[in-house]
Amino acid sequence: MDRMSKISYIHDLLTKKQMSCEEITKKYLEAIDNHNKELNAYITVTKDTALESAKRIDKKISLGEDISMIAGIPMTMKDNISTKGILTSCASKMLSNYVPIYNATVFDLLNDNGSILLGKTNMDEFAMGSTSETSYYGATSNPHNLDCVPGGSSGGGAAAVAGNIAVYALGSDTGGSIRQPASFCGVVGFKPTYGTVSRYGLVAFASSLDQIGPITTSVEDASIVYDVISEYDPKDSTSRGRNQEITFKLLKNSIKGKKIGIVDDFFEYTNENIKGHVEQAIKVYESIGAEIVHIKMSSIKYALPVYYILACAEASSNLGRYDGIRYGYRTPKYRNIDEMICKTRDEGFGKEVKHRILLGTYVLSSGYCDEYYKKAQKMRSIIIDDFKEAFKLCDALIAPTAPKTAFTKNYISEDPMEAYANDVCTVPVNIAGLPAISLPCGSDKDGLPIGIQIIGNRFCDGEVLNIAYAYEQETKNTSFKSVDMGVRL
Amino acid sequence: MKYELVAGLETHVELSTKSKIFCSCTTEFGGQPNTHCCPICIGLPGTLPKLNRSVVDYAIKAGLITNCTINNVSKMDRKNYVYPDLSKAYQISQFDLPICKNGYIELSTGKKVRINRIHIEEDAGKLTHRRGDTLIDYNRAGVPLIEIVTEPDIRSAEEAKEYVEKLQLIMRYIGISDCKMQEGSMRCDINISVRPKGEDKFGVRTEIKNMNSITFMAKAMQYEFERQVDLLESGEEVVQETRRYDDKTNTTESMRGKEDADDYRYFREPDLITINILDSEIEKIREELPERPDEKLSRYVNELGIPEKDAQIIVKYKKISEYFEKAIDGVSSAKTISNFIIGQAFRILENESEKEKFNIKVSPENMRELALLLEDGKIRSGLAKSTLEKMLDTGKSCKEFISEEDMGSIDENTIKTLCKEAVDANSNAVKDYLNGKEKAIKALVGFVMKSTKGKADAIVVENLIKEIIR
Repeated sequence: MDRMSKISYIHDLLTKKQMSCEEITKKYLEAIDNHNKELNAYITVTKDTALESAKRIDKKISLGEDISMIAGIPMTMKDNISTKGILTSCASKMLSNYVPIYNATVFDLLNDNGSILLGKTNMDEFAMGSTSETSYYGATSNPHNLDCVPGGSSGGGAAAVAGNIAVYALGSDTGGSIRQPASFCGVVGFKPTYGTVSRYGLVAFASSLDQIGPITTSVEDASIVYDVISEYDPKDSTSRGRNQEITFKLLKNSIKGKKIGIVDDFFEYTNENIKGHVEQAIKVYESIGAEIVHIKMSSIKYALPVYYILACAEASSNLGRYDGIRYGYRTPKYRNIDEMICKTRDEGFGKEVKHRILLGTYVLSSGYCDEYYKKAQKMRSIIIDDFKEAFKLCDALIAPTAPKTAFTKNYISEDPMEAYANDVCTVPVNIAGLPAISLPCGSDKDGLPIGIQIIGNRFCDGEVLNIAYAYEQETKNTSFKSVDMGVRL
Repeated sequence: MKYELVAGLETHVELSTKSKIFCSCTTEFGGQPNTHCCPICIGLPGTLPKLNRSVVDYAIKAGLITNCTINNVSKMDRKNYVYPDLSKAYQISQFDLPICKNGYIELSTGKKVRINRIHIEEDAGKLTHRRGDTLIDYNRAGVPLIEIVTEPDIRSAEEAKEYVEKLQLIMRYIGISDCKMQEGSMRCDINISVRPKGEDKFGVRTEIKNMNSITFMAKAMQYEFERQVDLLESGEEVVQETRRYDDKTNTTESMRGKEDADDYRYFREPDLITINILDSEIEKIREELPERPDEKLSRYVNELGIPEKDAQIIVKYKKISEYFEKAIDGVSSAKTISNFIIGQAFRILENESEKEKFNIKVSPENMRELALLLEDGKIRSGLAKSTLEKMLDTGKSCKEFISEEDMGSIDENTIKTLCKEAVDANSNAVKDYLNGKEKAIKALVGFVMKSTKGKADAIVVENLIKEIIR
């Protein structure tokens, strides 16, 4: 396959009747059978419903009906996106028996457009982490090196896409959880502007930061999926919808004369190898007519503590409902309700989740709230203003996605602070609710992928995709080695 | 030493919007447990609240009628605490930017009880404890509430009682709640302290939670006042704590101390956006507000000439006053109608709730028709009353019971002749009467009334008969 958009390639196969949707879906299901043991990307595989959906699409095609771009495309969703009748565990023991009775809005939109759900993918428990190792269902492996983590928290989705056992995945990004695993797995991860994709049905981690977005093998695919899921949703009060025409139309615009900004603070913890690759990418942009500007953003260095205070505060509240009463895990032995709730939470949550609930409860407690939570809120406004100023000087920012490439499993767990620092390039984006994309820009000496990040102004999702697309077209991903695994069409 | 009671009230009023505050489930009371629920109000993972804007409008109404300022910008906050009836482990409420602030309610003495704030929030579910098990019904979860918080302006149980009664009345008038304390659609928490008379500083307060009757509230306040005074008198200190009132023993007991008080960890609800209220919206609601009960009362007494006691009764029940206003249209003496309502209609209404519903079979138009017959002198009041009773029984119009003949007036001579006939035909009764049996006269009067079909005035008849016998 020499073209970059897998979705349009499969769409053509289907509409030109070169392959049936059932055949394609079966190939992916077989590939999952073959590779999920080593990758552990899927928590649930929805074989039967996938095949049923595939037959429906085949029938539509045989009747000569028009189908949407994503109709018949086998995909997967992170296990924190509610799917009616299908386990939605958040990779937690706490929800290891929880089957939603309603669909997330994004899933309804995908269903309406005829997509084929292959299953639900692995993640860090309740999306808290950047390695996908905190899952109750075990760690996911990086397809580029099975001893390495795929990043997180949407590690299952990134591994599935990189390992060719799904065409694309929906993930969620609270502090980098789409972009960082995309970067670790050498695929494209797009975190849209906060509010453009409905959060209804996304199990909340930090409500003011969470955003659903696609993980794909190309920018074009990210744009196609984003255009489908970025509809205004009356069920989500923070939903605004796309606010502009479909991004797909903007994709191929020339970026000549566009100003791309560089902020040094984003590079602070970044290793030299990655720095080199990002600088190479900057040169590519210059070569295709972009103007590079250097911008100072003094607030970026506070983004990490601000993020951890706000995200944990909201998480401590959002995760309060898991008490074993109505659904989910309940401890088998208890004498009274207080003991039941305490034991359920003690047994149902993993260590990292407990860490964050404790931290969040602390920063909101009376006596500490002013010092931590309120201060962080103020700092959040300052960071937002700083970005506003920056976008007066440029159209987009360029930065590394992660300061390091994928590390080996169990490496980071020893020092939580080092793990948190891994999010330094991604969290400012969530704090300000901005759109940002991670795309592959090469690999390190061990063959592990490196990602660059393009960050845009609020609601400029189309521009971000446009700028990313220009890079992808120019480089044709030549510096990047794909994985020899999964489905080949 | 003389002590003074100092109290402030927090009153929860359940709003009668059709649907819940954050989802489209019905707010109807009752229903099989957990049937008025959806993924949102039971807080399933991933669900999001969506503010029902009519809740905001109801709160604005409540604020305007209690002389509050309405905040143009308001927001929702999370109040975090763990309890099985709270499905999300937080209540969506308002912390520092309530919809209304700085109002007051005026008592009959002219004293103003200041209202600090009115905010909106969601109700929790309901727990039932049975044979060692606890059952949860989430039908009530997400029903909208307003909480009305006063300043510590109340100085006696009587003042508290009047304040709550007034509040109840005006909330019913503006139609935002039925305010039924026994059904829990209105509940009070009392903050109470005592201090030596003349002292400016407040004493240590206790809070008595969840009073669901005005009588018990007054009793609880009185008890708590005396308890605190006793403590101070004996040199002890009042402990800041939450107490519960036991209506069986008429005492209050400690529920939890200050150190066990919840730390609610309030923070802004990130799932909801800022509530913007335009001045034009406020003005529109202000224009639509009904006449206040106290304004109505003074109009009834001063303009319509209704005795104050009767006027108070009519004003007390919103439905009755609405009925009254319709029925008096075109009637020259509104008092005729108020007499009909309080004299006759009330006889068939057995309790408060029936009075509140005022679901009588006679339409205001039919009652007006009857009143006009009486006013025009076509029938006498005795016949009017008995006819009204029949109308109340059957729902038929007065024409069904009163014939043309009934409406003709009877001249005095005819009555005299009839009275003579009655005396002649009932010699036994006459004898009894003359022997001192006062009641025997009634039989003679009845004879006349029967032959005039009730058109004669019973008092006139009785006097005539007495004259004849003597």
